[in-house]
Amino acid sequence: MKSLEELKAIREKMQGQVSLRGEDHDNTRVVVGMATCGIASGARPVLNTLATLVQEKGLTGKIAVTQTGCIGLCQYEPIVEVMEPGKTKVTYIKMNSEKAAEVVERHLIGGHIVEAYTLSGADIK
Amino acid sequence: MYRSHVLVCGGTGCTSSGSQQIMEALTAELEKKGLQNEISVVQTGCHGLCALGPIMIVYPDASFYSMVKVEDIPEIVEEHLLKGRVVTRLLYQETVTSSGVKALIDTDFYKKQHRIALRNCGVINPEVIEEYIGTGGYQALGTVLTEMTPDDVIQVLLDSGLRGRGGGGFPTGLKWKLARQNEADQKYVCCNADEGDPGAFMDRSVLEGDPHALIEAMIIAGYAIGATQGYVYVRAEYPIAVDRLNIAIEQAREFELLGKDIFGSGFDFDLDIRLGAGAFVCGEETALMTSIEGHRGEPRPRPPFPAQKGLFGKPTILNNVETYANIPQIILNGAEWFASMGTEKSKGTKVFALGGKIHNTGLVEVPMGTTLRTVIDEIGGGIPNGKKFKAAQTGGPSGGCIPAEHFDIPIDYDNLIAIGSMMGSGGLIVMDEDDCMVDIAKFFLEFTVEESCGKCTPCRVGTKRMLEILEKVTKGNAVLEDLDKLEELCYYIKNNSLCGLGQTAPNPVLSTLRYFRDEYEAHIKEKKCPSGVCKALLSYHIDAGKCKGCTLCARVCPNGAISGSVKNPHVIDLDKCIKCGACMDKCKFGAIYKQ
Repeated sequence: MKSLEELKAIREKMQGQVSLRGEDHDNTRVVVGMATCGIASGARPVLNTLATLVQEKGLTGKIAVTQTGCIGLCQYEPIVEVMEPGKTKVTYIKMNSEKAAEVVERHLIGGHIVEAYTLSGADIK
Repeated sequence: MYRSHVLVCGGTGCTSSGSQQIMEALTAELEKKGLQNEISVVQTGCHGLCALGPIMIVYPDASFYSMVKVEDIPEIVEEHLLKGRVVTRLLYQETVTSSGVKALIDTDFYKKQHRIALRNCGVINPEVIEEYIGTGGYQALGTVLTEMTPDDVIQVLLDSGLRGRGGGGFPTGLKWKLARQNEADQKYVCCNADEGDPGAFMDRSVLEGDPHALIEAMIIAGYAIGATQGYVYVRAEYPIAVDRLNIAIEQAREFELLGKDIFGSGFDFDLDIRLGAGAFVCGEETALMTSIEGHRGEPRPRPPFPAQKGLFGKPTILNNVETYANIPQIILNGAEWFASMGTEKSKGTKVFALGGKIHNTGLVEVPMGTTLRTVIDEIGGGIPNGKKFKAAQTGGPSGGCIPAEHFDIPIDYDNLIAIGSMMGSGGLIVMDEDDCMVDIAKFFLEFTVEESCGKCTPCRVGTKRMLEILEKVTKGNAVLEDLDKLEELCYYIKNNSLCGLGQTAPNPVLSTLRYFRDEYEAHIKEKKCPSGVCKALLSYHIDAGKCKGCTLCARVCPNGAISGSVKNPHVIDLDKCIKCGACMDKCKFGAIYKQ
């Protein structure tokens, strides 16, 4: 270790991972339906994409990505719910990895709900 | 990148309750389910709740599983790690509420704790240096070497009010300042990790859970006093701690955090481990240094103090593991931050190892000035089986007992000395109404008699004479004058012994004499042990009214001392009875009593 920059580089690389182990990130919760219905329709890659991107972008201190069980809308799985404090819950349906990445970029970072993928906005006839 | 981290405690407590098997089963099960690339299994240091081990925490949702068994693993993997349904039944029940799962930091055990020295214990993998760096590790060292002068560092420590956590409570900054002032071609930085008090395991947990914090602090110490070589003196009875420390030192060398020209500052420092062979006296500073030099571990008179002539005759500082573990945080957060915690003369926090008659056996870190009541009743969860608190023993064989009347005294260095005990390294043993205080004093004295190095007469001969008097008391052969003789011996040994071992050895006797003299007198005058512990003063009897004649006691008695026929009350032959208590444990009718 010859400089503070070297140390900083390692710290930044590790921070996203280590801060996953915080106790106090009750800010935003991103929840992926991982019941049998969710897994069968492909929730696992969605969950992994979300978890990876949140760590890569260094957002683990603010956002927790976890799973949940079946919420009863099995035909719309994979379902991702975004719960921000003080805001109404946003429910994204029929997700996949690409859509998940878009949600991270536009919603979690940009602050704009991706209406086209939500339960109320998507074309679900 | 993993979406979830499963932390399994790899401290000594959880290892002995089977956490290694849990790790193996978990890794195998994750592979079976194809989750090994999504979920990372991390072995950490001690999380403090040793009584509930093995402990496992799942992040990011921070679910705290306690007393995990190998057969629970498939369910946890399938339900929680795959499907996200927390297995509430297996959680630490304190975290389960009617409205859901509560955060660990809101439980009684963790709520009042403030973890500085233990901040990484149970959070990072101690065998991976990057994890330590990821939580801000080596940042303090970087700041010290690139932005601060040695005098700045010492000033921060002086301002912080940090005092030695090994028990003496000497101001750390002052110790460093004295060593810095002494010119020499070579100086040394030493760490005392020879934690020998019965019931104390704070230093072990730091070494096992966060070894890099110690290494970082020792390099800082080297820079501050002008030393280029450090030694960690750690007891060989801590194999996991020694292993992890070795790994950590190797990694620090690889990352050039130990070695030449650290952070391009031109400062060189290296660190080596010396193993202690289990002699308690080697926790005394001069004996420890003599032992590092390769001689028999015996103390020598002071002055000269180690800051003038220490290891190999050179200026040396010696601090305890917990003291060092605080230092990087003080540098990073500032002296004011540290000084804002604690009492007027004792700043910061203190780690205690809770043991004895208490629910939550384990490790806690609380701000100085926290009361015994908070530590024992709230954090420790009180005394099991509805028994009454009698006393808490702090400071091990050098300390004393704190009786119930001082339950609300704020714990700090000076208050504990004022009530006849001492901080010690932080062992805190809780005793209830079933413990005999004479017996406790005898236990600690047996320890010091065994561990006295024999160099000076007051300690070698004096403690032995004290023990003989205590044995007379517990056998019912003592007279009241013996107590006066005992007390006189105590003061003589305190004043005339060469080192801390002898000077503090009488403390357990003095403090029990001070607060529990009535128990001593009961042993002498009435030939009775009020708590029913001292065997020589006990006899077992059968209450003929309650005995149903089931013959169970007669069958379990190892010495054939119980006679009687079926359905008729039995009798114990007191001449044959060896007072093992087996009959009392077995009797279903509560017919057997001791007096």
